[in-house]
Amino acid sequence: MGRKLLLEHINEPGINTFEVYRKKGGYASVEKALKTMTPDAVTEEVKKSGLRGRGGAGFPAGMKWSFIDKKSDKPRYLVCNADESEPGTFKDRYLMERIPHLLIEGMITSSYALGAKTSYIYIRGEYMYIVRILEKAIDEAYANGFLGKNILGTDYSLDLYVHPGAGAYICGEETALLESLEGKRGNPRLKPPFPAVAGLYASPTVVNNVETIATVPAIVNMTGDEYAKIGIGKSTGTKLISASGHINKPGVYEIELGVPVEEFIYSEEYCGGIWKGRKLKAVVAGGSSVPVLPADLILKTAKGEPRLMTYESLSDGGFATGTMLGSGGFIVMDETTSIVQNLYTFARFYHHESCGQCSPCREGTGWMEKILHRLHHGHGKKEDIDVLLDVSKKIEGNTICPLGDAAAWPVASAIRHFRKEFEEAALAHEPLLVNS
Amino acid sequence: MAKLTIDGVEVEVPDGTTILNAARQIGGDLVPPAMCYYSTLKDTGGKCRVCLVKVAAGSAKDPRPMPKLVASCRTPVADGMVVQNLTSPEVLEARKGVVEFLLLNHPLDCPICDQAGECDLQNLAYEHGAAKTRYEEDRRTFEKIDIGDKIKLHMTRCILCYRCTFVGDQLTDKRVHGVLGRGDKSEISTFIQQNVDNDFSGNMIDVCPVGALTDKTFRFKSRVWFTKPLDAHRNCTKCSGKVVLWTKGDDVLRVSARKDQFGEVKDYICNECRFEHKNMSDWTVEGPRHIDRHSVIAQNHYEKIDLQKLKKEVERQLEFQKGKALPQPDNALNS
Repeated sequence: MGRKLLLEHINEPGINTFEVYRKKGGYASVEKALKTMTPDAVTEEVKKSGLRGRGGAGFPAGMKWSFIDKKSDKPRYLVCNADESEPGTFKDRYLMERIPHLLIEGMITSSYALGAKTSYIYIRGEYMYIVRILEKAIDEAYANGFLGKNILGTDYSLDLYVHPGAGAYICGEETALLESLEGKRGNPRLKPPFPAVAGLYASPTVVNNVETIATVPAIVNMTGDEYAKIGIGKSTGTKLISASGHINKPGVYEIELGVPVEEFIYSEEYCGGIWKGRKLKAVVAGGSSVPVLPADLILKTAKGEPRLMTYESLSDGGFATGTMLGSGGFIVMDETTSIVQNLYTFARFYHHESCGQCSPCREGTGWMEKILHRLHHGHGKKEDIDVLLDVSKKIEGNTICPLGDAAAWPVASAIRHFRKEFEEAALAHEPLLVNS
Repeated sequence: MAKLTIDGVEVEVPDGTTILNAARQIGGDLVPPAMCYYSTLKDTGGKCRVCLVKVAAGSAKDPRPMPKLVASCRTPVADGMVVQNLTSPEVLEARKGVVEFLLLNHPLDCPICDQAGECDLQNLAYEHGAAKTRYEEDRRTFEKIDIGDKIKLHMTRCILCYRCTFVGDQLTDKRVHGVLGRGDKSEISTFIQQNVDNDFSGNMIDVCPVGALTDKTFRFKSRVWFTKPLDAHRNCTKCSGKVVLWTKGDDVLRVSARKDQFGEVKDYICNECRFEHKNMSDWTVEGPRHIDRHSVIAQNHYEKIDLQKLKKEVERQLEFQKGKALPQPDNALNS
């Protein structure tokens, strides 16, 4: 059994209440940080831990914190990105639903490290019931003196707010999130300036994923050096993986980074193998945006080494033969799955969610969906495949925000690894059968 | 001050200048096109992506290339920066892609569009677009609506540059229109029809790069190339009063603001000048207006980028990259 830092007490009855959470050692990091450490010392621990952003990009969290403009006379903000909308990703929902105080503890400790006096949790509108869970937990934290003025009798004060979005995937992009939080249309901003310099209300801001912030208490409690001992190389610590698809035991798993992919899929501790005794066909390893990999390449790298659940191992081989750990949305497809159908589903999603601000993504995502719709419904032709690939190339890298890339990568990788299936679909002249 | 090269031509500009504006100082063919950026409207740009350029060296201090193509209209220059526009095949390819995307849902109804002949998208498509479309699907369409008593919105033609919303924000006292919806379903619109009503709203028509916003007093009156542009002015208490009259004989068919060589208005005009003075006697005529932009109104012919010139420029670049001293810029390219 791997170590559990986030989900250790997840099955404890009443862990969503302040009382039980506190009894299980909750809010210890707030006490430790506020009473015995300087804000910079907390940042230093996070840096030492090697914690990487859990939202998908995997940027070192400590480094992100250290970019915050400390010379500015404007207030600083910490914003938690709980706009978890990536298809196949549902780890933050699970965490916030079951153990909301962990996130709030992380918010307090992190806000202290950054010197933020006001912090926000920006949550997607579809998670309205979690807004209520979080607000109840925040009320409890206020009542017990962990939020508000002079927390635990120190000079540090913090106000924490939950802000629901209106249901847009694009608002998970950090600058679009900030626009939305300011009450504007959720269009991503051009960078630079980066949020660390001019973020929320043009003030220095750090935006972190729920899981990243929820990991901070563990780091403060156990020290960064200890945390860095978990995992392999630059992939330190534990990671929540939302496993879904054709597996026997879908769900949210906390793994120590470095578990072999094969073990993750087939062992009883995790996914428990492919359902109905079928064979593995393909895996989308980090949420719908990352390249899809066929079975042979997800289990072993192109060099023949076993692939591990780490940032480095999964991206080994670049996009030609690798993928990304991303947000940890692990989608498993069995041998009966149609990649064309799967890709059509993804393309429909990105078309629906494109904000429409910049041309390549606004027009290209719709075009890709329409071509895939034709291929999927038996009206395609062979040339469509190359047009599709070319459109994805023209979007990739030419947009304001990464949504364009996220829409293009699945297309490019699916055609790269499963071209034959697309050719068959193009010649089929009848709709593809929908699988069980 | 920062010294940089754009397609091998050296230019020195104040710090904080964007790559596009540095290129405009050089002028000529190497200026990237721009569909959404507008120098006299703050915060415009970055959206259309036709001005993408390659930064082959970030600065003298950090000569690494930038990983992606950047929007030249919003990327500030740095000392020692090496920018490639026409000399980068990657840029030309990306631009071709963007033009294709812009035309994807555009109705291509130029034969009945009032903007034809002075349309930025037409020019752009002529220079960088493909002759044929690969798009077989239905285009998105919208109903035509009146957003004010003088302005017709033909959303189907819109390329969502957002310029008109910036006019609403920056030139008028209250913006009452904006972007609704998202993705390729997003549209410029008003919450209540016909409610764009203020002294400077007419400038939306001038900043619109396509025929999405048209002057209701000019719609279907004439093709622009049959009208004669004249510089004229009048004493106006609200604006500079400097305009262009588009005339046919003694009739003033249209009044617009003056656009510079990059198609941008520097002096915005008020609605009174634009819509209410359609008599020659209202104006002091200064003389014929020279239209700088290559388009139908300029002598009835388009000018395409000279590939021979371009080839020479690429060769010059390669020499430069081999470490030889930078040869003199090819003047032909700047003419």
